[in-house]
Amino acid sequence: MTATVGTSTLESPTVVRKPVRPSRNVVRALTRSRSGTIGFVLVGLIVLVSLLGPLFTPDTLPTDTSSVYLPPSASHWLGTDSSGRDVLIQVINGGRTVIVVGFAAAILSTLIAIVFGSLAAYLGGVVDSVVTAATDIVLTVPQIALLAVLSSLYHLDNSLLLASLIGILSWPTLLRAVRAQVLSLREREYVEAAQLLDLGTARILSVEILPNMASFIVMNFMIGMTNAIYALVGLYFLGLAPLAGHNWGIMLNEAWTRGAIFDSDSVFYILSPVIAISLLQLGLVLMTRSLEELLNPRLRQD
Amino acid sequence: MSVTEADPVAAAAPTRPAVLRVLSAVWRSYAFRRILKAVLTVYLVATFTFFLVRLLPGNPVEVYINTLMQQNGMSYDQAANMAKALYSFDPGKPLVVQYLDYLNGLLHGDLGNSIGSPGTTVGSILVAYLPWTLFSVGIALIISFCLGILLGMAMAYRRNGVIDHVLSVIGSLLHSIPNYLLAIMIVVFLGIQLNLFDVSQMRGAYSPGVTPEFSADFFSDVMYHAGLPITTYVLTTIGSWMLVMKSSTVETLGEDYVTVAKARGLRDRRIATAYVGRNAVLPLFSQLAIAAGFVVGGSILIEQVFQYQGIGYLLFRAVNDRDYPLMQGIFLVITIAVVLANLVADLLYGRLDPRIRIGGGER
Repeated sequence: MTATVGTSTLESPTVVRKPVRPSRNVVRALTRSRSGTIGFVLVGLIVLVSLLGPLFTPDTLPTDTSSVYLPPSASHWLGTDSSGRDVLIQVINGGRTVIVVGFAAAILSTLIAIVFGSLAAYLGGVVDSVVTAATDIVLTVPQIALLAVLSSLYHLDNSLLLASLIGILSWPTLLRAVRAQVLSLREREYVEAAQLLDLGTARILSVEILPNMASFIVMNFMIGMTNAIYALVGLYFLGLAPLAGHNWGIMLNEAWTRGAIFDSDSVFYILSPVIAISLLQLGLVLMTRSLEELLNPRLRQD
Repeated sequence: MSVTEADPVAAAAPTRPAVLRVLSAVWRSYAFRRILKAVLTVYLVATFTFFLVRLLPGNPVEVYINTLMQQNGMSYDQAANMAKALYSFDPGKPLVVQYLDYLNGLLHGDLGNSIGSPGTTVGSILVAYLPWTLFSVGIALIISFCLGILLGMAMAYRRNGVIDHVLSVIGSLLHSIPNYLLAIMIVVFLGIQLNLFDVSQMRGAYSPGVTPEFSADFFSDVMYHAGLPITTYVLTTIGSWMLVMKSSTVETLGEDYVTVAKARGLRDRRIATAYVGRNAVLPLFSQLAIAAGFVVGGSILIEQVFQYQGIGYLLFRAVNDRDYPLMQGIFLVITIAVVLANLVADLLYGRLDPRIRIGGGER
C-alpha cells in the first residue's frame, strides 16, 4: 500500500490530484478507529444475518396456541410470541424489510441531496436561491407527523412506496452539507484547472469534486439510513403501516399491543426487536462518528 | 428600480430619502427577510394540506360524502352539505374560491370542526392539547441542552481522559437508540418488571379530578405525569448535545484569541466562560431549533407510549378516527411550531453572532 502511494505522488507532483479508488479509502476510514471497527462489524453482521438468514429459516411459522408467551428455552431460544411462534426466527426474518427500506430511502435522499446540492453550489445564482429556499421549507415539515397523515390517506403497504416517501422527506440536512462542501471544493486549484480545460459542469462535478467527498457522502448516507429506520420502525410501531409479514417494527407493535409487556416471561420477546434495532442504529452511528473524526481532524483521539 | 418606485415617491417628495432609507433598511435587514421566509413557509404548508385533503384521488371529503350516502342513505346533496359544514368548504364553488375561503378561515383561526367529536371546533381541541406538548418538550430541551453543554465542555477540556471516554460511549449509545424504544424500555423495565412506579397512573397530562390552577399541588401533579416523557426526551437528546458541544469546544480551543487570552494570563474560568464557552455554543443554537422541531414532530411516538395527552397523542387519535379536519389542524400547528422555533433560533443566532447580521446573507 505504501509503495503505491509513493509512486503515485512521484508520478504526479502537480496540483491536479485525483483520489485513487475512493471506495477503498472509505472502508479504510471506517475501520480506522476502534469504535468505527465495532460499528462496521456490527452493521455487517446484522445485514448478513438479515439478508442470508431467511434462506435457512421457514417463511411461515406455525401458530401454536398451547405454547403462547413461553420464556426462553432450548427449543425457543428467545421464547415465543402471542401465537406461539418462535421469536428468534422472527428476529432473523424481520431485519430484511427494515434494512432494505432504510437503505433505499437513504439512497434516494442522498441522490437528491448530491445532485441538487452540488448543482446549487456550483452554479450559484437563481438555481442556488431556488434550491436553498426549497430546502428550508422541506426542512421544517415534521416528517413523522406527515407520514402519519399520509398513512390515513393511503395504504402504505408497499415497501418501495414507504422508502420513497421517507427518502423524499429527508434530504434537506444532507443537501445543506453537500452544498457547503462543494462551495469550498469549488475554489480548489484542481477544480480551477478543470474549469480552464473546459471539461463541462457534469464532468467536473462527477469526476473532480464528488470523488473527493466520498467519505463525507457515505457519512451522510449513514445518517440518512439511521433516520429512515427510525421513521419506518416508528410507523410500524404505531400501526400506521399495514401489519403484514414479519419485521422488527411489526414485532414491536404486536408485543406492545397484545399485552406481552405485562408478562414477565415475555421480556425477551419484547426486548428482541428493541435490541436488534438499537444495535443496528448504534453500529450506523459509530461508523458515522468514525468518519466524522476523520473529516474533522481536531476530533481525533489518537 | 427608480421606475417602479416613481408613484409613491411623487406624492411624498420631501420625505423620499428618509422613507426609502427606512424601507431599504427593512428589506435588507436579516430579521425582516427571515420573518418573511417563515410566513411563506407556513403559507406553503397550509396550501399543501389544502390540496392534500381535497384534491388527491380518494380524498377524505369524497370518502366522507360516499360514506354518508351509503350508511345514512343520504342524497349526494345532503351528504355534500354535511361535508361542507365539517370541512368548512363548499364543493360546488370553484376551487379558487374554496381555497381563498380556506385561507380566510385560517387567518381568523378557523380550522373547521372535528368529525370525531361533533360540534367541537378543531381550534378548541388544539388549545386543550398543545400546551402539554410544548410544556414537556420545552422543559426537556432546556434541561438536556444545558446539561449537554456542560458535559460536552468537560469532555473537551478533559480530552482523552476517563470522563471523555465514558461520556463518549454513553453519548453514542443514547444518541443511537430511537427515543420510542427507550420509552418502551423504561415502561417494561422500570415500570413493570421492577415496579418502581405505576405506569398506568402516570398516563394523561394530569390526574383525573385535579383542576388546572396555579398551585404547588397542581404543578407537582403535572410534573408527575410529564416526568417520563421529559426523562425520555432528555436522555435521547443529551447525547448529541454532548458530542456536538465537545467538537465545537475543541475547535474553539484551537482559535488564536484563546491562545492570546491564555498568554494575557486571564484566569482559566474566565477563558472557559467568556471566551471558549460563549463562542463554542453559538453553532448549537440553530441545531436547537431543528431538535425542537424533531422532538415535537416525533412526539406522536413518545406520547403514544406513555399515553401523555399532548398533540402527538391527539394526532394518533385523529389518524385512527380518520378525523381529517383535526389532522389537518394538528399538522398545521406542528409545522407552525417548528417554523417559529427555527425563526426564533435564527433571530437569536443573528443577535448573538454579529457576523451573520453584517454579512446579511449566508456567505
